[in-house]
Amino acid sequence: MEKPLTQHIVPGRAPLSLKEYEKVGGYQSVRKILKGMTPQEVQALVKESDLKGRGGAGFNTGLKWSFVPMGDDAATPKYLVANADEMEPGTFKDRVLLEGNPHQLIEGMIVAAYAIQASISYVFLRWAYKVAAREITIAIQEAYEAGYLGQNILGSGFNLDMHLHTGVGRYMCGEETALLNALEGKRANPRAKPPFPQVSGLFGKPTIVNNVETLCCLPHIVNNGAEWFKKLGLTADAGTKLFGVSGRVKTPGCWELPMGTTIREILEDYAGGMQDGYLFRGLLPGGASTDFLVEEHLDLPMDYPSIQAAGSRMGTGTMIILDDQTCPVGFTLNLQHFFAQESCGFCTPCREGLPWVERILLAIDKGEGKPEHLLTLDFHTKYLGPGNTFCALAPGAMEPLQSALKYFREDFERHIHEHHCPWSKAKAWQPSI
Amino acid sequence: MLTAEEKHQIDHEISLVPAPKNACIEALKIVQQNHGWVSDESLKDVADYVGMSSAELDSVATFYNLIFRRPVGRHVILLCDSISCYVMGYEGIKEALHEKLNIQYGQTTADGRFTLLPNCCLGTCDCAPALMIDNDLYRNLTVEQLDEILNKYT
Repeated sequence: MEKPLTQHIVPGRAPLSLKEYEKVGGYQSVRKILKGMTPQEVQALVKESDLKGRGGAGFNTGLKWSFVPMGDDAATPKYLVANADEMEPGTFKDRVLLEGNPHQLIEGMIVAAYAIQASISYVFLRWAYKVAAREITIAIQEAYEAGYLGQNILGSGFNLDMHLHTGVGRYMCGEETALLNALEGKRANPRAKPPFPQVSGLFGKPTIVNNVETLCCLPHIVNNGAEWFKKLGLTADAGTKLFGVSGRVKTPGCWELPMGTTIREILEDYAGGMQDGYLFRGLLPGGASTDFLVEEHLDLPMDYPSIQAAGSRMGTGTMIILDDQTCPVGFTLNLQHFFAQESCGFCTPCREGLPWVERILLAIDKGEGKPEHLLTLDFHTKYLGPGNTFCALAPGAMEPLQSALKYFREDFERHIHEHHCPWSKAKAWQPSI
Repeated sequence: MLTAEEKHQIDHEISLVPAPKNACIEALKIVQQNHGWVSDESLKDVADYVGMSSAELDSVATFYNLIFRRPVGRHVILLCDSISCYVMGYEGIKEALHEKLNIQYGQTTADGRFTLLPNCCLGTCDCAPALMIDNDLYRNLTVEQLDEILNKYT
Protein backbone atom coordinates (compact mmCIF):
# COMPACT_ATOMS: atom_id res chain seq x y z
CA MET A 1 0.00 0.00 0.00
CA GLU A 2 1.43 3.36 -1.00
CA LYS A 3 1.77 5.97 1.75
CA PRO A 4 3.40 8.92 0.00
CA LEU A 5 2.78 11.49 2.73
CA THR A 6 4.03 9.47 5.68
CA GLN A 7 6.61 7.20 4.03
CA HIS A 8 9.50 9.08 5.62
CA ILE A 9 7.88 9.68 8.99
CA VAL A 10 8.98 7.44 11.83
CA PRO A 11 7.24 8.19 15.14
CA GLY A 12 9.73 9.10 17.82
CA ARG A 13 12.52 9.84 15.36
CA ALA A 14 13.64 13.32 14.32
CA PRO A 15 12.41 14.39 10.86
CA LEU A 16 14.70 14.10 7.85
CA SER A 17 17.21 16.89 7.45
CA LEU A 18 17.26 18.63 4.08
CA LYS A 19 20.20 16.50 2.91
CA GLU A 20 18.47 13.28 3.98
CA TYR A 21 15.22 14.45 2.42
CA GLU A 22 16.96 15.18 -0.89
CA LYS A 23 18.48 11.67 -0.87
CA VAL A 24 15.00 10.11 -0.85
CA GLY A 25 13.82 12.33 -3.69
CA GLY A 26 12.95 15.47 -1.74
CA TYR A 27 12.55 18.75 -3.65
CA GLN A 28 12.48 16.92 -7.01
CA SER A 29 9.05 18.41 -7.70
CA VAL A 30 10.46 21.92 -7.27
CA ARG A 31 13.19 21.18 -9.81
CA LYS A 32 10.65 19.67 -12.17
CA ILE A 33 8.23 22.61 -12.18
CA LEU A 34 10.87 25.34 -12.23
CA LYS A 35 12.66 23.72 -15.17
CA GLY A 36 9.79 22.53 -17.28
CA MET A 37 6.30 23.60 -16.27
CA THR A 38 4.39 26.84 -16.46
CA PRO A 39 2.31 27.91 -13.44
CA GLN A 40 -0.80 27.23 -15.51
CA GLU A 41 0.41 23.69 -16.21
CA VAL A 42 0.90 23.06 -12.48
CA GLN A 43 -2.61 24.38 -11.79
CA ALA A 44 -4.07 22.17 -14.52
CA LEU A 45 -2.21 19.11 -13.22
CA VAL A 46 -3.49 19.59 -9.67
CA LYS A 47 -7.01 20.25 -10.88
CA GLU A 48 -6.85 17.09 -12.99
CA SER A 49 -5.57 15.07 -10.00
CA ASP A 50 -8.86 15.83 -8.19
CA LEU A 51 -7.00 16.72 -4.99
CA LYS A 52 -9.60 18.08 -2.57
CA GLY A 53 -8.86 20.33 0.41
CA ARG A 54 -7.96 18.20 3.42
CA GLY A 55 -8.87 20.83 6.00
CA GLY A 56 -12.49 19.75 5.93
CA ALA A 57 -14.27 21.59 3.14
CA GLY A 58 -13.15 19.22 0.38
CA PHE A 59 -13.01 21.77 -2.43
CA ASN A 60 -10.91 20.96 -5.52
CA THR A 61 -7.51 22.54 -4.84
CA GLY A 62 -6.59 23.29 -8.46
CA LEU A 63 -9.98 24.90 -8.99
CA LYS A 64 -9.50 27.04 -5.87
CA TRP A 65 -6.16 28.27 -7.27
CA SER A 66 -7.69 29.05 -10.67
CA PHE A 67 -9.48 32.12 -9.24
CA VAL A 68 -6.18 33.84 -8.49
CA PRO A 69 -5.50 36.63 -11.02
CA MET A 70 -2.49 35.71 -13.15
CA GLY A 71 -0.29 37.60 -15.57
CA ASP A 72 1.45 40.95 -15.48
CA ASP A 73 -1.68 42.90 -14.54
CA ALA A 74 -2.28 40.90 -11.35
CA ALA A 75 -1.79 42.70 -8.04
CA THR A 76 1.44 41.87 -6.20
CA PRO A 77 2.75 40.57 -3.93
CA LYS A 78 0.59 37.47 -3.91
CA TYR A 79 0.54 35.32 -0.81
CA LEU A 80 0.39 31.64 -0.03
CA VAL A 81 -0.57 30.57 3.50
CA ALA A 82 -0.30 27.08 4.95
CA ASN A 83 -3.17 26.63 7.40
CA ALA A 84 -1.47 24.77 10.24
CA ASP A 85 -3.87 26.05 12.90
CA GLU A 86 -5.19 22.57 13.61
CA MET A 87 -7.78 23.28 16.30
CA GLU A 88 -10.80 21.18 15.37
CA PRO A 89 -11.43 19.10 18.50
CA GLY A 90 -10.52 15.48 17.94
CA THR A 91 -8.12 16.32 15.11
CA PHE A 92 -4.42 15.52 15.27
CA LYS A 93 -3.39 14.69 11.70
CA ASP A 94 -1.50 17.81 10.61
CA ARG A 95 0.63 17.54 13.74
CA VAL A 96 1.95 14.22 12.35
CA LEU A 97 2.99 15.86 9.07
CA LEU A 98 4.37 19.03 10.68
CA GLU A 99 6.50 17.26 13.26
CA GLY A 100 7.38 14.31 11.08
CA ASN A 101 8.44 15.85 7.77
CA PRO A 102 8.52 19.66 7.63
CA HIS A 103 10.49 19.67 4.36
CA GLN A 104 7.59 17.93 2.61
CA LEU A 105 5.34 20.83 3.64
CA ILE A 106 7.88 23.43 2.47
CA GLU A 107 8.25 21.61 -0.85
CA GLY A 108 4.47 21.55 -1.27
CA MET A 109 4.28 25.23 -0.42
CA ILE A 110 6.86 26.07 -3.08
CA VAL A 111 4.80 24.13 -5.66
CA ALA A 112 1.60 25.94 -4.64
CA ALA A 113 3.30 29.34 -4.54
CA TYR A 114 4.77 28.79 -8.00
CA ALA A 115 1.38 27.73 -9.37
CA ILE A 116 -0.22 31.01 -8.29
CA GLN A 117 3.02 33.03 -8.60
CA ALA A 118 3.05 34.03 -4.94
CA SER A 119 6.25 35.60 -3.66
CA ILE A 120 5.54 35.58 0.09
CA SER A 121 4.36 32.59 2.11
CA TYR A 122 3.41 31.95 5.71
CA VAL A 123 3.04 28.87 7.84
CA PHE A 124 0.22 29.82 10.24
CA LEU A 125 0.96 27.42 13.09
CA ARG A 126 -0.96 26.66 16.25
CA TRP A 127 0.84 27.94 19.34
CA ALA A 128 0.50 24.54 21.03
CA TYR A 129 2.63 22.78 18.42
CA LYS A 130 5.99 23.58 20.00
CA VAL A 131 7.89 20.67 18.45
CA ALA A 132 6.52 21.53 15.01
CA ALA A 133 7.55 25.18 15.46
CA ARG A 134 11.10 24.13 16.21
CA GLU A 135 11.33 21.68 13.30
CA ILE A 136 9.76 24.07 10.78
CA THR A 137 12.10 26.88 11.82
CA ILE A 138 15.09 24.62 11.21
CA ALA A 139 13.68 23.35 7.91
CA ILE A 140 12.93 26.83 6.54
CA GLN A 141 16.48 27.89 7.41
CA GLU A 142 17.89 24.82 5.62
CA ALA A 143 15.71 25.48 2.57
CA TYR A 144 16.98 29.07 2.33
CA GLU A 145 20.59 27.89 2.62
CA ALA A 146 20.07 25.30 -0.13
CA GLY A 147 18.52 27.89 -2.44
CA TYR A 148 14.97 26.47 -2.45
CA LEU A 149 13.69 29.67 -0.85
CA GLY A 150 14.70 33.28 -1.40
CA GLN A 151 15.57 35.08 -4.60
CA ASN A 152 15.98 33.41 -8.01
CA ILE A 153 15.28 29.88 -6.78
CA LEU A 154 17.53 27.34 -8.59
CA GLY A 155 18.29 30.01 -11.18
CA SER A 156 14.69 30.06 -12.38
CA GLY A 157 13.92 33.71 -11.67
CA PHE A 158 11.15 32.63 -9.27
CA ASN A 159 11.31 34.25 -5.80
CA LEU A 160 9.66 33.03 -2.62
CA ASP A 161 10.06 34.07 1.00
CA MET A 162 8.64 31.96 3.83
CA HIS A 163 7.80 32.96 7.40
CA LEU A 164 6.57 30.99 10.38
CA HIS A 165 3.73 32.69 12.28
CA THR A 166 2.55 31.12 15.51
CA GLY A 167 -0.98 31.99 16.58
CA VAL A 168 -2.22 32.91 20.05
CA GLY A 169 -5.12 30.54 20.24
CA ARG A 170 -8.59 30.85 18.78
CA TYR A 171 -10.59 28.24 16.85
CA MET A 172 -11.84 30.94 14.45
CA CYS A 173 -8.31 31.23 13.04
CA GLY A 174 -8.90 27.99 11.15
CA GLU A 175 -11.46 29.77 8.94
CA GLU A 176 -9.38 31.15 6.12
CA THR A 177 -10.55 34.77 6.12
CA ALA A 178 -10.37 34.92 9.94
CA LEU A 179 -6.87 33.50 9.67
CA LEU A 180 -5.94 36.35 7.33
CA ASN A 181 -7.25 38.89 9.84
CA ALA A 182 -5.16 37.24 12.55
CA LEU A 183 -2.09 37.44 10.31
CA GLU A 184 -2.81 41.14 9.84
CA GLY A 185 -2.83 41.70 13.61
CA LYS A 186 -6.59 41.96 13.98
CA ARG A 187 -9.34 40.10 15.78
CA ALA A 188 -9.90 36.83 13.95
CA ASN A 189 -13.43 37.61 12.79
CA PRO A 190 -14.29 36.09 9.44
CA ARG A 191 -14.58 38.43 6.44
CA ALA A 192 -17.49 38.90 4.09
CA LYS A 193 -17.15 37.04 0.79
CA PRO A 194 -16.91 38.26 -1.92
CA PRO A 195 -14.29 39.47 -2.39
CA PHE A 196 -12.73 36.04 -2.06
CA PRO A 197 -9.16 35.76 -0.73
CA GLN A 198 -7.96 34.65 -4.15
CA VAL A 199 -8.66 38.20 -5.34
CA SER A 200 -8.36 40.25 -2.15
CA GLY A 201 -6.82 38.34 0.74
CA LEU A 202 -3.88 39.09 3.00
CA PHE A 203 -3.25 42.86 3.07
CA GLY A 204 -5.76 43.14 0.22
CA LYS A 205 -3.62 41.08 -2.16
CA PRO A 206 -4.40 37.80 -3.96
CA THR A 207 -4.01 34.99 -1.44
CA ILE A 208 -4.42 31.24 -1.25
CA VAL A 209 -4.86 29.44 2.06
CA ASN A 210 -4.35 25.67 1.88
CA ASN A 211 -4.39 23.04 4.61
CA VAL A 212 -1.11 21.34 5.57
CA GLU A 213 -2.15 17.88 4.37
CA THR A 214 -3.35 19.33 1.06
CA LEU A 215 0.01 21.02 0.50
CA CYS A 216 1.90 17.84 1.42
CA CYS A 217 0.14 15.98 -1.43
CA LEU A 218 1.51 18.37 -4.07
CA PRO A 219 5.11 17.15 -4.47
CA HIS A 220 3.83 13.63 -5.04
CA ILE A 221 1.28 14.74 -7.63
CA VAL A 222 3.94 16.68 -9.53
CA ASN A 223 6.38 13.75 -9.40
CA ASN A 224 3.96 10.93 -10.20
CA GLY A 225 1.13 12.53 -12.15
CA ALA A 226 -2.59 13.08 -11.80
CA GLU A 227 -3.57 9.55 -12.87
CA TRP A 228 -1.31 7.97 -10.24
CA PHE A 229 -2.86 10.16 -7.55
CA LYS A 230 -6.40 9.33 -8.60
CA LYS A 231 -5.63 5.60 -8.52
CA LEU A 232 -4.45 5.82 -4.90
CA GLY A 233 -8.09 6.14 -3.85
CA LEU A 234 -10.29 3.05 -3.63
CA THR A 235 -13.44 4.90 -4.64
CA ALA A 236 -14.27 7.92 -6.77
CA ASP A 237 -12.14 10.18 -4.53
CA ALA A 238 -8.44 10.61 -5.24
CA GLY A 239 -5.35 10.10 -3.14
CA THR A 240 -4.59 8.88 0.33
CA LYS A 241 -5.92 10.46 3.53
CA LEU A 242 -4.67 10.69 7.06
CA PHE A 243 -7.37 9.05 9.16
CA GLY A 244 -7.36 9.12 12.93
CA VAL A 245 -9.36 7.58 15.74
CA SER A 246 -9.66 8.74 19.35
CA GLY A 247 -11.86 7.59 22.22
CA ARG A 248 -12.32 4.20 23.88
CA VAL A 249 -10.63 2.07 21.22
CA LYS A 250 -7.74 -0.31 21.86
CA THR A 251 -5.09 1.48 19.78
CA PRO A 252 -6.04 5.08 19.01
CA GLY A 253 -3.84 6.71 16.39
CA CYS A 254 -3.43 8.25 12.95
CA TRP A 255 -2.77 6.34 9.73
CA GLU A 256 -2.33 7.23 6.06
CA LEU A 257 -4.72 5.01 4.12
CA PRO A 258 -6.31 5.02 0.68
CA MET A 259 -9.22 7.41 0.32
CA GLY A 260 -12.35 5.26 0.49
CA THR A 261 -11.14 2.85 3.19
CA THR A 262 -14.23 1.81 5.12
CA ILE A 263 -14.96 3.13 8.60
CA ARG A 264 -15.10 -0.43 9.91
CA GLU A 265 -11.64 -1.23 8.57
CA ILE A 266 -10.19 1.88 10.20
CA LEU A 267 -11.93 1.16 13.50
CA GLU A 268 -11.22 -2.54 13.68
CA ASP A 269 -8.00 -3.17 11.76
CA TYR A 270 -6.14 0.00 12.71
CA ALA A 271 -7.73 1.26 15.92
CA GLY A 272 -8.04 -2.31 17.22
CA GLY A 273 -11.78 -2.19 17.91
CA MET A 274 -13.43 -1.05 21.12
CA GLN A 275 -11.66 -1.42 24.45
CA ASP A 276 -12.84 -4.39 26.53
CA GLY A 277 -15.98 -3.47 28.42
CA TYR A 278 -16.99 -0.66 26.06
CA LEU A 279 -19.54 -0.85 23.26
CA PHE A 280 -19.69 1.32 20.16
CA ARG A 281 -22.61 3.76 19.95
CA GLY A 282 -21.60 6.31 17.35
CA LEU A 283 -18.82 8.46 15.96
CA LEU A 284 -18.07 11.87 14.58
CA PRO A 285 -16.27 11.07 11.31
CA GLY A 286 -14.16 14.19 10.94
CA GLY A 287 -13.91 16.37 14.00
CA ALA A 288 -16.31 18.13 16.36
CA SER A 289 -18.28 19.89 13.62
CA THR A 290 -19.48 16.79 11.77
CA ASP A 291 -22.73 14.84 12.17
CA PHE A 292 -22.81 11.58 14.12
CA LEU A 293 -22.72 8.32 12.23
CA VAL A 294 -23.89 5.07 13.87
CA GLU A 295 -23.62 1.29 13.50
CA GLU A 296 -25.49 1.17 10.19
CA HIS A 297 -22.85 3.42 8.60
CA LEU A 298 -19.76 1.42 9.54
CA ASP A 299 -19.31 -0.15 6.12
CA LEU A 300 -19.30 3.19 4.34
CA PRO A 301 -16.10 4.20 2.57
CA MET A 302 -14.44 7.28 4.05
CA ASP A 303 -14.57 9.63 1.09
CA TYR A 304 -16.28 12.97 0.58
CA PRO A 305 -19.40 11.88 -1.35
CA SER A 306 -20.12 8.69 0.66
CA ILE A 307 -20.03 10.42 4.04
CA GLN A 308 -22.03 13.33 2.70
CA ALA A 309 -24.68 10.97 1.34
CA ALA A 310 -25.01 9.51 4.85
CA GLY A 311 -25.85 12.99 6.17
CA SER A 312 -22.46 13.89 7.60
CA ARG A 313 -19.13 15.24 6.37
CA MET A 314 -15.72 13.63 6.16
CA GLY A 315 -14.30 16.85 7.63
CA THR A 316 -10.74 16.30 8.78
CA GLY A 317 -11.06 12.50 8.66
CA THR A 318 -10.18 12.10 12.34
CA MET A 319 -12.96 10.24 14.14
CA ILE A 320 -14.13 10.58 17.71
CA ILE A 321 -15.88 7.54 19.15
CA LEU A 322 -18.89 7.69 21.45
CA ASP A 323 -19.00 4.59 23.66
CA ASP A 324 -21.87 3.18 25.71
CA GLN A 325 -20.45 4.41 28.99
CA THR A 326 -20.24 8.03 27.91
CA CYS A 327 -23.44 10.07 28.16
CA PRO A 328 -24.51 11.35 24.73
CA VAL A 329 -25.95 14.48 26.36
CA GLY A 330 -22.69 15.16 28.19
CA PHE A 331 -20.76 14.48 24.98
CA THR A 332 -22.94 16.95 23.06
CA LEU A 333 -22.74 19.51 25.88
CA ASN A 334 -18.94 19.34 25.80
CA LEU A 335 -19.00 20.08 22.05
CA GLN A 336 -21.49 22.95 22.38
CA HIS A 337 -19.51 24.51 25.22
CA PHE A 338 -16.49 24.54 22.93
CA PHE A 339 -18.38 26.19 20.07
CA ALA A 340 -20.11 28.73 22.33
CA GLN A 341 -16.75 29.68 23.82
CA GLU A 342 -15.01 29.94 20.45
CA SER A 343 -17.72 31.94 18.66
CA CYS A 344 -16.11 35.22 17.64
CA GLY A 345 -19.26 37.08 18.69
CA PHE A 346 -19.57 39.01 15.45
CA CYS A 347 -22.98 37.79 14.32
CA THR A 348 -25.99 37.58 16.61
CA PRO A 349 -27.35 34.07 15.92
CA CYS A 350 -24.01 32.47 16.74
CA ARG A 351 -23.11 34.73 19.67
CA GLU A 352 -26.51 34.36 21.36
CA GLY A 353 -27.68 31.02 20.05
CA LEU A 354 -24.73 28.82 20.99
CA PRO A 355 -24.71 29.81 24.70
CA TRP A 356 -28.49 29.24 24.72
CA VAL A 357 -27.98 25.74 23.36
CA GLU A 358 -25.25 25.15 25.92
CA ARG A 359 -27.46 26.28 28.83
CA ILE A 360 -30.31 24.00 27.73
CA LEU A 361 -27.99 21.01 27.40
CA LEU A 362 -26.54 21.76 30.82
CA ALA A 363 -30.05 21.85 32.30
CA ILE A 364 -30.92 18.53 30.66
CA ASP A 365 -27.65 16.99 31.82
CA LYS A 366 -28.36 18.10 35.41
CA GLY A 367 -31.83 16.56 35.30
CA GLU A 368 -33.57 19.93 35.09
CA GLY A 369 -34.66 19.52 31.49
CA LYS A 370 -38.21 19.99 30.27
CA PRO A 371 -39.85 18.26 27.29
CA GLU A 372 -40.08 21.57 25.40
CA HIS A 373 -36.29 21.94 25.66
CA LEU A 374 -35.88 19.35 22.92
CA LEU A 375 -38.06 21.44 20.61
CA THR A 376 -35.95 24.50 21.41
CA LEU A 377 -32.83 22.54 20.49
CA ASP A 378 -34.49 21.35 17.26
CA PHE A 379 -35.35 24.98 16.50
CA HIS A 380 -31.73 26.03 16.96
CA THR A 381 -30.44 23.36 14.59
CA LYS A 382 -32.55 25.04 11.89
CA TYR A 383 -31.94 28.68 12.73
CA LEU A 384 -28.20 28.32 13.34
CA GLY A 385 -27.89 26.22 10.19
CA PRO A 386 -26.30 27.10 6.86
CA GLY A 387 -27.32 30.47 5.47
CA ASN A 388 -28.39 32.03 8.77
CA THR A 389 -25.00 32.95 10.18
CA PHE A 390 -22.00 34.93 8.94
CA CYS A 391 -19.64 31.94 8.74
CA ALA A 392 -19.64 28.18 9.11
CA LEU A 393 -18.90 27.99 12.86
CA ALA A 394 -22.48 27.79 14.13
CA PRO A 395 -23.72 25.55 11.29
CA GLY A 396 -20.77 23.28 12.10
CA ALA A 397 -21.76 23.27 15.75
CA MET A 398 -25.31 22.26 14.81
CA GLU A 399 -24.15 19.15 12.92
CA PRO A 400 -23.34 16.99 15.96
CA LEU A 401 -26.35 18.44 17.83
CA GLN A 402 -28.94 17.69 15.16
CA SER A 403 -27.62 14.17 14.67
CA ALA A 404 -27.39 13.53 18.44
CA LEU A 405 -31.06 14.56 18.68
CA LYS A 406 -31.81 12.16 15.85
CA TYR A 407 -29.84 9.08 16.91
CA PHE A 408 -29.81 9.48 20.71
CA ARG A 409 -33.14 11.19 21.31
CA GLU A 410 -34.25 8.50 23.74
CA ASP A 411 -31.26 9.29 25.90
CA PHE A 412 -32.14 12.98 25.94
CA GLU A 413 -35.74 12.07 26.86
CA ARG A 414 -34.60 9.76 29.66
CA HIS A 415 -32.67 12.64 31.25
CA ILE A 416 -35.82 14.74 31.17
CA HIS A 417 -38.26 12.08 32.38
CA GLU A 418 -36.01 10.60 35.05
CA HIS A 419 -34.76 14.03 36.21
CA HIS A 420 -31.15 12.93 36.30
CA CYS A 421 -28.35 11.69 34.06
CA PRO A 422 -28.65 7.91 33.70
CA TRP A 423 -24.87 7.73 33.36
CA SER A 424 -22.71 8.00 36.45
CA LYS A 425 -22.91 11.41 38.10
CA ALA A 426 -19.16 11.34 38.44
CA LYS A 427 -19.00 11.71 34.67
CA ALA A 428 -21.38 14.69 34.47
CA TRP A 429 -19.50 17.44 32.75
CA GLN A 430 -19.43 20.96 34.11
CA PRO A 431 -18.41 23.79 31.86
CA SER A 432 -15.61 25.96 33.11
CA ILE A 433 -17.41 29.28 32.82
CA MET B 1 8.18 51.35 29.30
CA LEU B 2 9.27 49.04 26.52
CA THR B 3 12.90 48.04 26.88
CA ALA B 4 15.42 48.66 24.13
CA GLU B 5 15.48 44.92 23.46
CA GLU B 6 11.69 44.76 23.22
CA LYS B 7 11.66 47.70 20.81
CA HIS B 8 14.35 46.00 18.76
CA GLN B 9 12.31 42.80 18.53
CA ILE B 10 9.10 44.67 17.74
CA ASP B 11 10.90 46.70 15.05
CA HIS B 12 11.91 43.44 13.38
CA GLU B 13 8.27 42.27 13.33
CA ILE B 14 7.15 45.64 11.96
CA SER B 15 9.71 45.33 9.16
CA LEU B 16 7.91 42.20 7.91
CA VAL B 17 4.45 43.77 7.49
CA PRO B 18 2.97 46.71 5.56
CA ALA B 19 2.00 48.82 8.59
CA PRO B 20 3.22 48.81 12.23
CA LYS B 21 -0.21 47.92 13.62
CA ASN B 22 -0.13 44.67 11.63
CA ALA B 23 2.61 43.56 14.03
CA CYS B 24 0.58 44.26 17.18
CA ILE B 25 -0.05 40.63 18.10
CA GLU B 26 3.63 39.84 17.71
CA ALA B 27 4.43 42.86 19.88
CA LEU B 28 2.04 41.63 22.58
CA LYS B 29 3.70 38.21 22.45
CA ILE B 30 7.12 39.81 22.91
CA VAL B 31 5.96 41.77 25.96
CA GLN B 32 4.23 38.73 27.43
CA GLN B 33 7.35 36.65 26.90
CA ASN B 34 9.24 39.06 29.17
CA HIS B 35 6.61 39.81 31.80
CA GLY B 36 4.47 36.68 31.77
CA TRP B 37 1.37 38.79 31.02
CA VAL B 38 0.27 42.08 29.44
CA SER B 39 -0.49 44.79 32.00
CA ASP B 40 -2.56 47.88 31.21
CA GLU B 41 0.67 49.87 31.19
CA SER B 42 2.35 47.45 28.76
CA LEU B 43 -0.75 47.48 26.58
CA LYS B 44 -0.60 51.27 26.34
CA ASP B 45 3.12 51.19 25.59
CA VAL B 46 2.59 48.72 22.75
CA ALA B 47 -0.42 50.64 21.44
CA ASP B 48 1.57 53.86 21.33
CA TYR B 49 4.51 52.11 19.68
CA VAL B 50 2.51 50.56 16.84
CA GLY B 51 0.13 53.50 16.43
CA MET B 52 -3.15 52.13 17.74
CA SER B 53 -5.50 53.26 20.48
CA SER B 54 -5.33 51.22 23.68
CA ALA B 55 -8.98 50.29 23.24
CA GLU B 56 -8.40 48.89 19.75
CA LEU B 57 -5.35 46.95 20.86
CA ASP B 58 -7.21 45.59 23.90
CA SER B 59 -9.99 44.37 21.61
CA VAL B 60 -7.33 42.33 19.83
CA ALA B 61 -5.52 41.24 23.00
CA THR B 62 -8.67 40.00 24.72
CA PHE B 63 -9.83 38.12 21.61
CA TYR B 64 -7.05 35.57 21.85
CA ASN B 65 -6.94 32.86 24.50
CA LEU B 66 -3.20 32.95 25.04
CA ILE B 67 -2.65 36.66 25.57
CA PHE B 68 -2.94 37.05 29.33
CA ARG B 69 -4.41 40.35 30.53
CA ARG B 70 -4.15 39.32 34.17
CA PRO B 71 -1.03 38.17 36.04
CA VAL B 72 -0.33 34.47 35.89
CA GLY B 73 1.87 32.21 37.97
CA ARG B 74 5.42 31.24 37.05
CA HIS B 75 3.99 28.24 35.20
CA VAL B 76 0.69 28.01 33.36
CA ILE B 77 -1.12 24.67 33.29
CA LEU B 78 -3.40 24.31 30.25
CA LEU B 79 -5.71 21.35 30.71
CA CYS B 80 -7.45 20.14 27.56
CA ASP B 81 -11.22 19.98 28.13
CA SER B 82 -12.25 19.11 24.56
CA ILE B 83 -14.14 16.08 23.38
CA SER B 84 -11.54 13.29 23.19
CA CYS B 85 -10.16 14.20 26.60
CA TYR B 86 -13.74 14.34 27.91
CA VAL B 87 -14.40 10.80 26.67
CA MET B 88 -11.11 9.62 28.18
CA GLY B 89 -11.94 11.13 31.56
CA TYR B 90 -10.10 14.42 31.91
CA GLU B 91 -12.42 15.42 34.80
CA GLY B 92 -10.49 13.11 37.10
CA ILE B 93 -7.32 15.05 36.23
CA LYS B 94 -9.15 18.33 36.76
CA GLU B 95 -10.43 17.33 40.19
CA ALA B 96 -7.00 16.11 41.22
CA LEU B 97 -5.38 19.38 40.12
CA HIS B 98 -8.00 21.43 41.98
CA GLU B 99 -7.26 19.40 45.09
CA LYS B 100 -3.47 19.29 44.84
CA LEU B 101 -3.05 22.97 44.01
CA ASN B 102 -6.07 24.26 45.93
CA ILE B 103 -7.13 26.45 42.99
CA GLN B 104 -9.99 26.53 40.51
CA TYR B 105 -9.76 27.41 36.81
CA GLY B 106 -8.44 30.93 36.32
CA GLN B 107 -6.74 31.05 39.69
CA THR B 108 -3.09 31.13 40.72
CA THR B 109 -1.59 29.26 43.65
CA ALA B 110 -0.79 31.36 46.73
CA ASP B 111 2.94 30.88 46.17
CA GLY B 112 2.63 32.15 42.59
CA ARG B 113 3.86 28.84 41.20
CA PHE B 114 0.96 27.70 38.99
CA THR B 115 -2.03 29.16 37.16
CA LEU B 116 -4.63 26.62 36.01
CA LEU B 117 -6.60 27.21 32.81
CA PRO B 118 -8.92 25.06 30.69
CA ASN B 119 -7.85 24.79 27.09
CA CYS B 120 -9.27 23.73 23.75
CA CYS B 121 -8.14 20.52 22.08
CA LEU B 122 -4.33 20.24 22.15
CA GLY B 123 -4.27 18.10 18.99
CA THR B 124 -3.00 14.94 20.61
CA CYS B 125 -6.34 13.15 20.91
CA ASP B 126 -4.94 9.64 20.43
CA CYS B 127 -3.05 10.18 23.70
CA ALA B 128 -5.88 11.73 25.75
CA PRO B 129 -6.16 13.06 28.37
CA ALA B 130 -3.49 15.71 27.88
CA LEU B 131 -2.24 18.96 29.36
CA MET B 132 0.53 21.44 28.73
CA ILE B 133 2.68 23.19 31.31
CA ASP B 134 4.54 26.10 29.72
CA ASN B 135 6.05 24.53 26.57
CA ASP B 136 5.82 20.93 27.72
CA LEU B 137 3.10 18.52 26.58
CA TYR B 138 2.01 15.63 28.81
CA ARG B 139 -0.14 12.87 27.35
CA ASN B 140 -1.92 9.67 28.38
CA LEU B 141 -2.28 11.30 31.79
CA THR B 142 -3.24 9.49 34.94
CA VAL B 143 -3.86 11.07 38.33
CA GLU B 144 -0.94 9.04 39.69
CA GLN B 145 1.52 10.85 37.40
CA LEU B 146 0.53 14.36 38.46
CA ASP B 147 2.82 14.75 41.50
CA GLU B 148 5.89 13.79 39.50
CA ILE B 149 4.94 16.17 36.69
CA LEU B 150 4.16 19.10 38.99
CA ASN B 151 7.41 18.58 40.93
CA LYS B 152 9.41 19.45 37.82
CA TYR B 153 8.28 23.05 38.10
CA THR B 154 9.49 25.36 40.86
